[in-house]
Order: sequence, then C-alpha cells, then structure tokens
Amino acid sequence: MSTVTATTPANDGSRTQPRGRFDFGIRDRWYGLPKPVRMLLLLLGALLLYLLPLLDPPYLSPSGSDFGAVLFNVAAYVLVALGLNVVLGYAGLLDLGYVGFYLIGAYTVGIFGSLHGHLPFLLLLPLAAVFTTISGLILGAPTLRVRGDYLAIVTLGFGEIVRLIAVNWRWGGGAAGITEVPRPPSIELFSLPHLDWNGFVATVNLDETTTFLKFGVLDQIPYYWMALTVIFVILVAEGLVVHSRVGRAWEATREDEDAAELMGVPTFRFKLLAFAIGAFIGGISGALFATRQAFINPESFPLLLSILFLSAVVVGGPGNRLGVIIGGIIVAYLPELFRPFADYRVLIFGCLLILLANFRPEGLLPPRRTLRAKKVEEALVELEEGPADE
Amino acid sequence: MSETTLATAGGPTAGPAGQPLLEMRDVTLRFGGVVALDGVSFEIRRGEILGLIGPNGAGKTTCFNAMTGVYQPTSGQVMFRGEPLGKRKRFAITKLGIARTFQNIRLFGNMTALENILVGADAQHSTGVLNALFRLPRHRQEEEQGHQRAHELLEFMGLTKRADELARNLPYGDQRRLEIARALATEPDLLCLDEPAAGFNPQEKVELMDLIRRIRDQGYTVLLIEHDMRLVMGVTDRIVVLEFGRKIAEGTPAEIRDNPAVIAAYLGVDDDDAS
Repeated sequence: MSTVTATTPANDGSRTQPRGRFDFGIRDRWYGLPKPVRMLLLLLGALLLYLLPLLDPPYLSPSGSDFGAVLFNVAAYVLVALGLNVVLGYAGLLDLGYVGFYLIGAYTVGIFGSLHGHLPFLLLLPLAAVFTTISGLILGAPTLRVRGDYLAIVTLGFGEIVRLIAVNWRWGGGAAGITEVPRPPSIELFSLPHLDWNGFVATVNLDETTTFLKFGVLDQIPYYWMALTVIFVILVAEGLVVHSRVGRAWEATREDEDAAELMGVPTFRFKLLAFAIGAFIGGISGALFATRQAFINPESFPLLLSILFLSAVVVGGPGNRLGVIIGGIIVAYLPELFRPFADYRVLIFGCLLILLANFRPEGLLPPRRTLRAKKVEEALVELEEGPADE
Repeated sequence: MSETTLATAGGPTAGPAGQPLLEMRDVTLRFGGVVALDGVSFEIRRGEILGLIGPNGAGKTTCFNAMTGVYQPTSGQVMFRGEPLGKRKRFAITKLGIARTFQNIRLFGNMTALENILVGADAQHSTGVLNALFRLPRHRQEEEQGHQRAHELLEFMGLTKRADELARNLPYGDQRRLEIARALATEPDLLCLDEPAAGFNPQEKVELMDLIRRIRDQGYTVLLIEHDMRLVMGVTDRIVVLEFGRKIAEGTPAEIRDNPAVIAAYLGVDDDDAS
C-alpha cells in the first residue's frame, strides 16, 4: 500500500479507462438529485416516449415510413433484448435459439385466437407467456446440464427445429401460416392529434389523429403504446428480481459455476429459472408481434432474427439493462433510419460489430458493477498518489 | 484485525465438543486405474482444528472433494453428524454445514466483497422469484439477515473497508480472507481450508494462525490442509498424515513430529522403489 508506482492515469487506464468514457458523470449527477425529482423526471421521460409517435419529430422519424410502426418494431426488439438479457447477461447462458420462444408466443396467439379457437387477446397474452415458459423449462431441463459451446449448439438447433415444425405442422397452419390473429380490445375514449413539421416549425394536424385506444389495421401507434407499457412492467419486475438472492445466484453462477455450487447455490435450478424467465418475456413479445402483424407464418421467424436479438444484447452490454435497451434500439432503429442504404446495412452493421468487439468488448454500456468498481479504483489511486498531484 | 465475535447470527449448531462431527469411513476413490484414496478412515471432532498433511499428490484435496460432494467415493462412506452424505448434491452438502475454501482462490471476481459473502449467506436462504418480485416479508428478512451477517464477517476478517470493492481487485491476502469469510457465511459446522497460507509471508502466516484459532473459538470446527509444517504444528489439535492415498499416521502434533513413517514420507527412504 505504501509503494506507489509511477503510472499516469493515461497509461494505466488503457484497460479500465474506456469504461467510463461515455459517462461524463451523468450517473453521479443523476443519483445526486433528490428522489422526488428523479421520479418526476422519469415520469416525464416516460410520457415523452408515449407521445413520441404523435410528436413525430423531424430527423428522428425516418422519411417515407410509418413512424408508429417503426417505433413498435423498436419496442418489440427492446422487449426481446430484455428477455434475452436475463438469459445471457445475468445467467451467462449463450442462447442462439431465442427466436424459438418468440415463435411459440406468436403461434399460441395465432392458434388459439384464430385457427382453433377464438379466445380474446387479453387471455391469449398470459397463455402465450405460460406456454413459452413451459417450453423454456422443457428445453432447459435436459440442455442446461451442458455448458458453453454445447448449449449454444443445442439452442441453435432448438430455434430451427421449432421453425421447421411450424412449417410442417398442418394443424398449426403449416407453411401458409395463420391469418386473422385477434387484436387487443379497443376502448375508444378520445382522439389525439399529430404534429406536422415544416422544417422546425410544428403545426397541429387535426386531420391526422390517433384514437385512444383503437387497435386497428392502419394506425400502429396503439400497439407501440401497448409494447411500451409491457416494457415498463418488465423493467420494474426484472429490477426487483435481480436485486435479490436470485440475481446474486445468477451472477455467482456466471462467474464460477463450480464455486457457486460449493457455496450453496443450486446452480442448475437458477439457470433453469433464468431460461424460463427469458422464455416468458420472449413469448410475450412474440404474442405482441403476432397481434400487430395480424398474419404470421414460419418465415417470420428466421434464424437471422435470433442472431439480431443476440446482437442487440451483445452490442448494448450484457447484464446492463440500459445498455441492452440501447442495443435493441440500435439493432431495430438504425436500419430503418438508413433505409436508403438498405443494400449495405448488414455490411455496415457487421463492421460496427467488429469495431465494437475491439473497442468496447463489454458492450456500449458495461454492467454497472464494473463502473462502480472503477470509481473505487480511482478513489484508491487518488488516495495513494495524493489528490493535488496534477 | 478486530476482536469482534460472530455471536448474533447463524453460528454453528450446538453439540458437545469432542464428539465426532465428520467421519471418513474406509473411503476409497478410484479414477480408472489410479487409486486417489485407499481405505482412508479418520474422524473430525467437534470444536477441534484438524490438520491434514502429506506430500504432493497424497490425496489431501481429493479428501476434501469427497467430503464436499465433488466426488462420490468409490466405496466407503462419509458420515456427517452421524448421517451418511450419500448422493447429496454439492449445494445441499454446503447447506447441511460443510463449507470450504479453494487451493487456488475462486472468488466471484466481478462481484464486490460484500456480494461474495452474501452469496455464501444465501446458502441458508430460500427467497425465490415470487418473494423477490413482491418484496414479501421473507425477502426483506433474509436480505437483512444476510447483510448483517456479511458485515459481521467483514469486520471479523478486517475487510470492512473493502466491502464495495470487486473481489478481483483485492490484494492477495484479502482475497484469501474473503474466501474464508464467504465460506463462514454459509453457516457451516465444519470449515475446510485448502492451503490457506499458500503465498503468504511469515508475518501473514502468524496472523492466519491467529485467525484460525479465533474462528475455532467461535465454535467452528476446522479442517486444515497445509504444507507449512510450522503453521500446522502450531495451530492444530490433531494431525492426519496421508501418503499415496493412504493414511499413514494420526495423532497430536508432537506425536506426528516423531513418527518415523511421517519422517520417511517427507524425507524419503532408500528402499523406496518409486524413482
């Protein structure tokens, strides 16, 4: 403790420094605010997110496409990314077949809402969640005994097998898919006008309105509201679970499975739990997707979708909810924004991933604990070198 | 280090000192053709510090692994508090009351010191998703109890200032101490330390001896694997000596010091045909 090596922060920081570079002390300032102020700001932020498709701000809204539809898409990806984050980020299980759960959620709604029954959507949503959770348990129980690479291969197979079953299963619609997937019930209370932008001058357009809450064919905004609401609920619930024994057990298992087991963590049980929760969230997003689409077929659930879901988590920073949300936004929104370059977008995306892997291997926003630890490290360095060293 | 006690929460279960807590009954462990343990029998008595020594490859760590459920004995039984461990899972054995540290430190590197200990304390907890989701009384009670125990242990180990540091950033000695704290957090009756003094300088070894004694004085039973003879002789009540998977001696430190078989095992004898 007494010997101080002459490392300047610039040299020393090559490994630890980049982690906080994009932070700019925002986190500190945020937690410096009194709690009521934070709550109010969060509420305002949420309200802004709800109003976003009505505001239709220039530059943010991609020209030539329906902003409401784009936002729903983004929200769906964010939701999926949050679910996959439980599996990959918290429990450290590489799941390459996440689209399988997405499909099961969507098909549950399709099959029991249109093809073989006419259950209302509000009943189908929990049903989809239950079915996917069960499928997660069925897949997890045998496969979670294998580790790492093997798990990735098994789940990859699962995603494909589920899709192929959907193709070949006539009772489930087969290759033709399912039409007339039920919509959520509408309660038409009032209409909200949109904004029209002419440069930076906004005018209220009373001709173009969105009815609260009408789940129709043309206007996608209510679906976005629904998805956003589900995201908020999931965020709160997930936060409560992660900050408990369950979250600690996941973290310990990811760090060192054998040591965790010997410290009294039933690792298999907790891995299975993560898998089931991930499947649960995946199923809900699949159900939302199905009801928005109104038509689903097996081609809606390609392997590529699994890879994109995975990228959203990896890009954002597995284990960090805010990072994963940003990852979901990037993966779903940027391609829409750069539609004109559509032919190159996968290429650009690939290049971005390579850059990211090199410069931010822990994702755009690494887990909070690395940041917290860095602060402690800095404080220690400061103590050892003396504060007025510069 | 402070002189705090660990009286408030979750000490070891009561029982008459000197009674056998864990018994190895004729335990044999084979890996293919290799006999790692060959009919090893000894007992660990409540409240004692038992040393387990032997040359490299004598089967000391294998012995640990048989006790903590990492390996199933090929034959023989491990009895804990009079009951056979049987095919219990590793986490269940920990919950039952056997905790251990590792020869090469295996902390949860990206978790803080406090969180590492909390994971250990969670061994006796049962909060699941529903309890956590609705913040039911059990969750609150267990969190409170776990944090209290963790802070006690941090203080006991002299790690209070390190509570919020990542385990992998701790100095080596603190990592060793944190591992012991994490093991104690599981509320064990028997604490197994696998070469806790490895890499320590003489001063640190003296402190460690003191720490082990203080842990025993809190009512825990300690099993100690150690290479450093001075440390083993200085701190243990009894010693079991293994060589090539067999027990060759058992007794008090003074008896072991003068035992010809032990001296032969450590210094080698001429007619040993193993080259």
